[in-house]
Amino acid sequence: MKCHYCSNPATVHLTDLVKKQKKELHLCQACAEQQQLIQHNELNLTTIVQTLLGQHVGHLPDELARLTCPQCGIKFMEFRAEGRLGCPHDYEVFKGELQKLLERIHRAGRHVGKVPRRRPVEPAEVAELVALRKQLRESVEAEAYEQAARLRDRIRQKESHG
Amino acid sequence: MNLENLTHTSGEWLRGIGPESDIVISSRIRLARNLAAFPFTNRATGHQKSEIEALLRERIAKLELDPRLDYINLVTLSPLDRQFLVERQLISRELAGSEGPRGVALGPRETVSLMVNEEDHLRLQVMRSGFALDEAWQDIDKVDDLLEQRVSYAFSEEFGYLTACPTNVGTGMRASVMLHLPALVLAKQIEKVFRALQKINLAVRGLYGEGSRASGDFYQISNQVTLGKSETTILNEIREVIPQIINYERQARTTLLKESKQSLHDRISRAFGTLRSATMMTSEETMDLLSSVRLGINLGLLPEEQISMPTVNELFIQTQPAHLQKLMGASLDGEERNAARARFLRSKLRENGSHPN
Repeated sequence: MKCHYCSNPATVHLTDLVKKQKKELHLCQACAEQQQLIQHNELNLTTIVQTLLGQHVGHLPDELARLTCPQCGIKFMEFRAEGRLGCPHDYEVFKGELQKLLERIHRAGRHVGKVPRRRPVEPAEVAELVALRKQLRESVEAEAYEQAARLRDRIRQKESHG
Repeated sequence: MNLENLTHTSGEWLRGIGPESDIVISSRIRLARNLAAFPFTNRATGHQKSEIEALLRERIAKLELDPRLDYINLVTLSPLDRQFLVERQLISRELAGSEGPRGVALGPRETVSLMVNEEDHLRLQVMRSGFALDEAWQDIDKVDDLLEQRVSYAFSEEFGYLTACPTNVGTGMRASVMLHLPALVLAKQIEKVFRALQKINLAVRGLYGEGSRASGDFYQISNQVTLGKSETTILNEIREVIPQIINYERQARTTLLKESKQSLHDRISRAFGTLRSATMMTSEETMDLLSSVRLGINLGLLPEEQISMPTVNELFIQTQPAHLQKLMGASLDGEERNAARARFLRSKLRENGSHPN
């Protein structure tokens, strides 16, 4: 049997009861230690997220496995493996799955509390900024410095208005 | 900022002042924030991380804060100095150990630190000596408000402040109170307290955060939930539970004094004796012995003429590996370090004994 996180043979086998269903996690020693699933019985948030993700999603339906964020390029599978999202836009792209996960972590699904007084940047503006930055990078790489300077000014202008 | 000047002081978190400071060491609040138009740090390229750092660094420099913050580039800082900042609780172990462009802006009193390119683009932290969550919240809320005028945070109405890890989303706030609980440990009641705290969704961690051991009987109590509760509610929940833990610790101290004063006194005197005369001392043993000495002073079992509380608080931090090496002005391996630590303790405790302060 192979480790859940890498391809080494699994030597640590953990079982947990979730909603009266047995869930199993198989890991190699190194990953288990790294994930602090053994030795420490202290709560570790990364481990919790990963375990929850594993339990929750189980086998990924093809559609979900292929789900990719157009802005940062992260696949849902990668988020599942690493427990970290790729960019703010992922909260929109993976919304359905995240809502279930957040409900389990926080027992809530909606923010209550501080709101920035400044109007948050509209998703369309964010997408435009992301695209402009990409163009800027490309023109610097292509040594098209005049174009790069123009792009930089546009980004600055957008940022200060945003 | 000259780090060398910091080595001789205990920093904010061990200043030993503030409400309930015999048990409550410090209060700390951290806010996770991200820029709207960039990938999170772990997904950003080297180039993007440089852009994020340059942008935040510039905006932080413009903050109308008095006194102003100093920005430290962590890439050019030596590993020893990075470890030094971790020991002072000014940066996280993750930020010290990660790679790529990153830095920290620090206030001169070491109460404010803004970490750039941590797991989130920005981690704001405010620390206060003693039980002072309200003051810490007022400070951090103000810094956050000032930054928000200059930076477009990633925020959604539904999920709040968007973070790299879904465990931080919402308020992005982690509030924690560090407690010194030697009597509950001695009375073997600490596990009971932890279980009760976990039931109400509060986390307990050791001295240096997640995964670290509770050396010196220091424990950090913090909130787990960041979504669906306002900052005020989260702070209230922690604020309500801390006096109960303080009470348990005081009761445990009273019981120890009543039922086993002799052996407690013996334990404390031996700890003090060992610190004053050993020739090899690990960091962990030092923490444990200093913890007993700290308890001894609080219970009046060690007279203040022999050792003062500020000295003990300073020793907790100065005997940490990076602090010790900076004070000695040399990089030392394990064995040399243990000998140097024992030498340092002997000189500090002798000098303190002959010149009471």
